[in-house]
Amino acid sequence: MEIPYGVKERPDTGLNNAKLGIWLFLASEVMLFGGLFSAYIFLRTGVDDWPMGSKYLDVKMATLNTLFLITSSVTMVMSWASLKLNDFKKFKLYAGSTLLLACGFLVIKYFEYSSKFSYSYYPSTDNFLGIYFTMTGLHVIHVIGGIAVIAFLLFPGAKMWETDPERFTSRIEVTGLYWHFVDLVWIFLFPVLYLL
Amino acid sequence: MKPEEVKHHVKIYINVFVALLFLTVVTVGISYIDIGVGPGIALGLLVASVKGSLVACYFMHLIDEKKTILWTLFATVISFMILIFVPLSTMFSNAGY
Amino acid sequence: MSDNHTKETFFTKYIWSIDHKVIGIQYGITALLWLLVGFGLMMVMRYQLAYPDTQIPFIGWIFGEDKLLLPEKYNSLGAMHGTIMIFLGVVPLAFGAFGNYLVPLQIGAIDMAFPRLNAASYWTYFLGSIIMVVGFFVPGGAANSGWTSYPPLADVATAGQTVWLLGMVMLITSSLLGSVNIMVTVIQLRAEGMTWFRLPIFVWTQFITAFLLLLAFPPLEAAGILQLMDRLAGTSFFLPTGLVVSGEVLTNAGGGSPLLWQHLFWFLAHPEVYVLILPAFGIISEIIANNTRKPLSGYKSLVYAMTFLGFMSFVVWAHHMYLTGMGTTMGAFFQTTTMIISIPSVVILTALLLSLWGGSIRFNTPMLFALAFLPMFGIGGLTGLPLGLAAADIHLHDTYYVIGHFHYVVAPGTLFALFAGVYFWFPKVTGKSLNESLGKLHFYFSFIFMNGVFMPMFIQGLAGVSRRLADGGQAYAHAADVIYLNEIMSWSAWLLGMAQLFFIANVVLTLFKARTGEINPWNATTIDWTETTSPPLGHGNFEKIPVVYRGPYEYSVPGSKIDFTPQTEKG
Repeated sequence: MEIPYGVKERPDTGLNNAKLGIWLFLASEVMLFGGLFSAYIFLRTGVDDWPMGSKYLDVKMATLNTLFLITSSVTMVMSWASLKLNDFKKFKLYAGSTLLLACGFLVIKYFEYSSKFSYSYYPSTDNFLGIYFTMTGLHVIHVIGGIAVIAFLLFPGAKMWETDPERFTSRIEVTGLYWHFVDLVWIFLFPVLYLL
Repeated sequence: MKPEEVKHHVKIYINVFVALLFLTVVTVGISYIDIGVGPGIALGLLVASVKGSLVACYFMHLIDEKKTILWTLFATVISFMILIFVPLSTMFSNAGY
Repeated sequence: MSDNHTKETFFTKYIWSIDHKVIGIQYGITALLWLLVGFGLMMVMRYQLAYPDTQIPFIGWIFGEDKLLLPEKYNSLGAMHGTIMIFLGVVPLAFGAFGNYLVPLQIGAIDMAFPRLNAASYWTYFLGSIIMVVGFFVPGGAANSGWTSYPPLADVATAGQTVWLLGMVMLITSSLLGSVNIMVTVIQLRAEGMTWFRLPIFVWTQFITAFLLLLAFPPLEAAGILQLMDRLAGTSFFLPTGLVVSGEVLTNAGGGSPLLWQHLFWFLAHPEVYVLILPAFGIISEIIANNTRKPLSGYKSLVYAMTFLGFMSFVVWAHHMYLTGMGTTMGAFFQTTTMIISIPSVVILTALLLSLWGGSIRFNTPMLFALAFLPMFGIGGLTGLPLGLAAADIHLHDTYYVIGHFHYVVAPGTLFALFAGVYFWFPKVTGKSLNESLGKLHFYFSFIFMNGVFMPMFIQGLAGVSRRLADGGQAYAHAADVIYLNEIMSWSAWLLGMAQLFFIANVVLTLFKARTGEINPWNATTIDWTETTSPPLGHGNFEKIPVVYRGPYEYSVPGSKIDFTPQTEKG
């Protein structure tokens, strides 16, 4: 017996299980990052001298990373649209670009972190750097998770396109929602940590 | 979803992408203009919110999402607001003591 | 999920099972064992409180050659008692076990929406619980900063605290997976005709509980990560500048705030109270409707009150923080919300009480526990009112009064409801009914000794005995008049432990009996009773997916031949 509405939409809610599930998961993620943002504001308003981000951080690198993530978000949604148009080659192209851009994000982040360490800027240096490493670190973990899922769907998981294309498309859509959320978090992290 | 609809969507995605790129330049640009910390934060968060809404509405299709999801997110946003602002106000209400 | 019965091995059937019923039973057994462990810790603590600084009998060797429970070990036991009881015992039992087992059955679904995620959720919980007790074996012992883990104390505590935080992160992840699963199941997998207002109250309570877990737990995960950073990476999120520990100024950067932890912690921990109590309301509602043989009074008001309760639970948390120097404006705000949240609780209790009126009550064991729940929860709730008002709280804060208050909510409250649920659904899960006489002995002795443990706490608390004292208040002159109560409470606690032997014996003896397989022994109306065998089929629950035609509590319908009309009966 199969669980109903795994791919097909339930008539009265208009949703399938996977999509509702991922949105609920994202709701909890909002609260997770919300807790950290709340901590950031609480710590910042609690002291008299909070350093400007540009004192420690490299705005150029972060801007480049922002462009990477935004582009990867577009390619992600385009890969889903390609599947909807039945164009599997284009899907591979777009999803592959997403993967590359995501890895590029990690490479730049690596250089950013190591340059901080080379100046002896550690999480323990002050609370600005502490919250910077915590928030971006948690975000990086989310990026790595996204990379794992996209890589799976692009290589071993792609066989499903032959056997059950609808379910495969739904998986890409759900992964896309998660990936856009990771992008969304960065869109707020970037100005909050680097610019303001 | 019909193929024409998808193609129409693709056009929207490209437009949103261009808007996001533009807003990224804007947000970095204004950080170099000295308008004071308070207004700077307000403006920076405003731009970020616009960008975030674009991603949520168009890439994540919230603009025409089902009611169940919208209600869930509405509840989430309210608890998010409580989480952000209430601890802060307990700190500021100390000032009057 | 899997169709091929042939491939099923012992491992896939009982260990890595993706059947919601097996996972429910796994949750149930694990959680009951943890409740026993948590209770055991408390019995040791009660010996130290009744007879301070004397050797612990029987098991004293655990604490070293002198067989004494030193204050730092007492603190460890206290912190772990709270943690184990709440996060490893009551929540997994109420939400993991009862929710997993019953929600799909009551809404007419063949399984949870994500069976594999469900198994992952259980095993994450299992792993988290193991990590928690590993703390006992690290240098310095298990976490000893209270179950609330307030910094700066928790930031500078021994290694056990790090283990506690890691365990918490696992447990939070587990309950997130579980709550997503329950919510999607209730929204998506209701059988045909099972509209929202035909859901049994139990399903409503699980749904609201899932929502609270989904939104309130992540901020604690964030706080846990921040405290881990403080302990492992040397940050100072919760450490203010110039903090002196053991006579030396800490070298940390400083600039942090201990209050930040309290906000993030109580943002979870107040909704957590409703996570503990809502499933109890659900179980009690089912049992009262069934055993009064009449519909619940005010089904809709119950649903609305519970929803409102869930929502309000997000805006009352700082009533745990009146003594932190919070300003009067916000103090007034939180006093107001706290008084408001008592209204839906009263609505719920009143509706349940009114449901008894005019019913032909059957006094079986589950019903006795359910009836006891009402006044016990009432005492727990009413004694909370003075704590919700800042002026009274200044006197009562951190005294035994607080301990008495929340134990009345959770122990004779939620735990009685959970026992009622075990007695009620045992025939469904195993196909065998528990013995009534042993059940009644279990109930009466538990009822007497529960009150023997917790009622004197109010008296001690009003006299000002602090909750954290390892010697039970002997060093305090002003407590001299009330410390004789320590002995009464301790003996009650040990006898309460003895009373549970009736329960354990009952379960063991019943499991050896032959299966009767009676489908609906209580003559109930909901799908779980009327449409499934006892125990339900291994895969898919139902021979035929049920269709629902009516509300959940159609008992004694005028003109009907029998006094219950199943939800699946046409008409």
